[in-house]
Amino acid sequence: MRNFSFGLVSALALTATPVFADCGIASGSVRILSNDFAALRIVNETAAECASGTVTVTSNNTTEHKNIQVAALTANPAEYTVAMVANNSIVPLLGGDLIRPLDDLVAKYGQQLQPNQLIKIDGKIMGIAFMANGQHLVMRKDLLEAAGVAAPTSWEEVLTAAAAIKEKGLLDYPIAAPYAAGWDLAAEFVNMYLGTGADFFEPGSAKLAIDNEQGRLVLKTMREMTAFMPPDYVTQDTDATAQLYRDGQVGIMQNWGSLAATLIDPTKAKPEVAAATVFAAAPTVGGGTIPSAALWWDGFTIAKNISDEDAEASFQAMMHAIAPETAAKHPDAAVWLISGYTPGPAAVGVIANANSGARAYPMVPWMGLLHETLGNELADYVKGAEDAERALADITAAYNAAATQAGYLN
Amino acid sequence: MPHSSFFRFMAPSLIAMLLFIALPTVSIFVQSLYVEHPQVLIETETCQPLGGCVKETTVDVAATAKLRSEAPLGQFNGLGTYVDRNHLAINSVGLLWSRSGSLGEFVSGMMNLRFYRALAFTLFYCFLVTPLAMALGFGIALAVNVVPRLMKGPVIFFSLVPMLITPLVGALILFWMLNSDGILGVALQVLFNDPGLSTQSSAPLTWIMLIVYGTWTNAPFSFIVFYAGLQAVSRDTLEAAMIDGASRWERVRYVVLPSLKPLVLFVLLVQLMDNFRVFEPIISFNASANATSLAFDIYASLNTQTSQLFGSAAATSVITIAFIAVLIVPILARVARELQAGRV
Repeated sequence: MRNFSFGLVSALALTATPVFADCGIASGSVRILSNDFAALRIVNETAAECASGTVTVTSNNTTEHKNIQVAALTANPAEYTVAMVANNSIVPLLGGDLIRPLDDLVAKYGQQLQPNQLIKIDGKIMGIAFMANGQHLVMRKDLLEAAGVAAPTSWEEVLTAAAAIKEKGLLDYPIAAPYAAGWDLAAEFVNMYLGTGADFFEPGSAKLAIDNEQGRLVLKTMREMTAFMPPDYVTQDTDATAQLYRDGQVGIMQNWGSLAATLIDPTKAKPEVAAATVFAAAPTVGGGTIPSAALWWDGFTIAKNISDEDAEASFQAMMHAIAPETAAKHPDAAVWLISGYTPGPAAVGVIANANSGARAYPMVPWMGLLHETLGNELADYVKGAEDAERALADITAAYNAAATQAGYLN
Repeated sequence: MPHSSFFRFMAPSLIAMLLFIALPTVSIFVQSLYVEHPQVLIETETCQPLGGCVKETTVDVAATAKLRSEAPLGQFNGLGTYVDRNHLAINSVGLLWSRSGSLGEFVSGMMNLRFYRALAFTLFYCFLVTPLAMALGFGIALAVNVVPRLMKGPVIFFSLVPMLITPLVGALILFWMLNSDGILGVALQVLFNDPGLSTQSSAPLTWIMLIVYGTWTNAPFSFIVFYAGLQAVSRDTLEAAMIDGASRWERVRYVVLPSLKPLVLFVLLVQLMDNFRVFEPIISFNASANATSLAFDIYASLNTQTSQLFGSAAATSVITIAFIAVLIVPILARVARELQAGRV
């Protein structure tokens, strides 16, 4: 009998998978809104371990988070207590005064945090970052060796390598990059333009400043790359290009660090692809030294329109979710900014970007409008339907109209 | 029916139409006349992981919030949004007209303007898919009508499948099949003996594929309406026509089609309105590099990272409503005329 009940208890313990951790929370409600990818799901699941008789933890992982966060946090009380954000999505929350300064909570519960995790606006901590992301170069060393070229470090060398691979008949389309019209294509322009070292806007204003030598260089390089890309490139987003790479159809790719682990996993990629794949910093452009990829961080913010009790509970739950143990348990899920994290093989690219001086994705409020304008207007140029002068004039005119609408320009 | 009971009978639907159709339309029109307040900019210090601390210009939240609470609608802009570069682009069109040497140059210049690019595809789609889908639907209806009774159920169900599938998913299925690695994409490459052929890279091919999708997904609606109509076609007239020696085509042309005329007008009306709002296939086909529509532009104005452009979306919506009105008024007028003549 005793054996039986023992067995029953352990069976119960096994089926009740949500582990209950002691997060030291007295009571409160934690409601998380976040984007939807593997690393954030891990963070949310870890936060859910704080649930207890007096603490409820719910989370909504959705790629539509940017579209609902402002409305959800404007409500009083706010629909969510925690909004997970990145460089770009924190901007509307700051602009709407929807998130609270975290200085007190960091002093009370944030001993585990490192100084570079704190996002400070005007001296006040407004967000806590826990992972870094960014695009970087992915390449097959077997193909490069067969083509007799060294691993490229600049876009110019990437083009030479691609030409060599094509000439040797190794691949018809050696390069892939997420050039799907819209957000992805715009992100590629932003990445490469950051690599030139130039600024997008005139200092102190929302006036666009990309109609310059650097802007033309970026456009020219982007067009040259398309000659080596699969013909459907204007419809291929990050996931589609990663799949092409895993299938061995392309040999050199610029793509997100958060996808890197899937490229070297022989159960997801073709084994010969996985074995030959190496990661490096995003290439430089035009003889510069800056990797042409924006540095992104993902982090969390706490809503303003909630009770102090819920804010405290939410902060404690998030501290549990991004504790050093999370990074130790899932070293390959992300490039964690958490203390004690030892980077795995999939983190090489993003870390190389950071070490080589890559620039952060701009946090100015009008950057979003530029990003959308680029997404709408760049496709014609990349396809070869118009020249660079025309493309830059179109982008400037469309951006000016949008920025005037939004009140950033007069 | 006395007027009072007519109104009591109609009142619920009139109220619903006022609340859910008329009021939102008015509110959208009002919104389209406004833009955001000028944002008050200040210099702040921003510190980010990896990027370090930088001085950045940003919006003064308190000052902007004050402006907003004083006038929540924003700043009155009149028709400014309608004529700006991202909508009717009056200035750009004027410049193009005076500078273009030829009509071709003018047209290609217009296609470079976001609004006209979207309008061109919307009209093209609307005017091609509507007749094609109606013709296909009518053809299926005629075919199903002669299928043996036992087979009718399964055949009808199968013919309705495109309508049962969510448009977004249906379009995605076709998009994947047409991919250069997909079954249809490869088939086309073999057929035309061109391994580099991609239906997704060129604008004309993308437009054709979207038309094919549109016809496929819209045909079942025409089919089911016309099929129902066919059951009511007078058998006596048909038999009389047969005795007179009318061929199958002549029977369709002179007996079936005239008796289906009210239905044809109804389907035409619904399909024109529906097709003018083409949106889902553009998303599923990732086609915005080659084809955008007015509905897609509205979506793009609202689905943004930071500043949603409500004024812009509202202006595009009002223009869309205006175009649909222009399209369907002649048809409505015709229906009204026929009603008066007592033919419907």
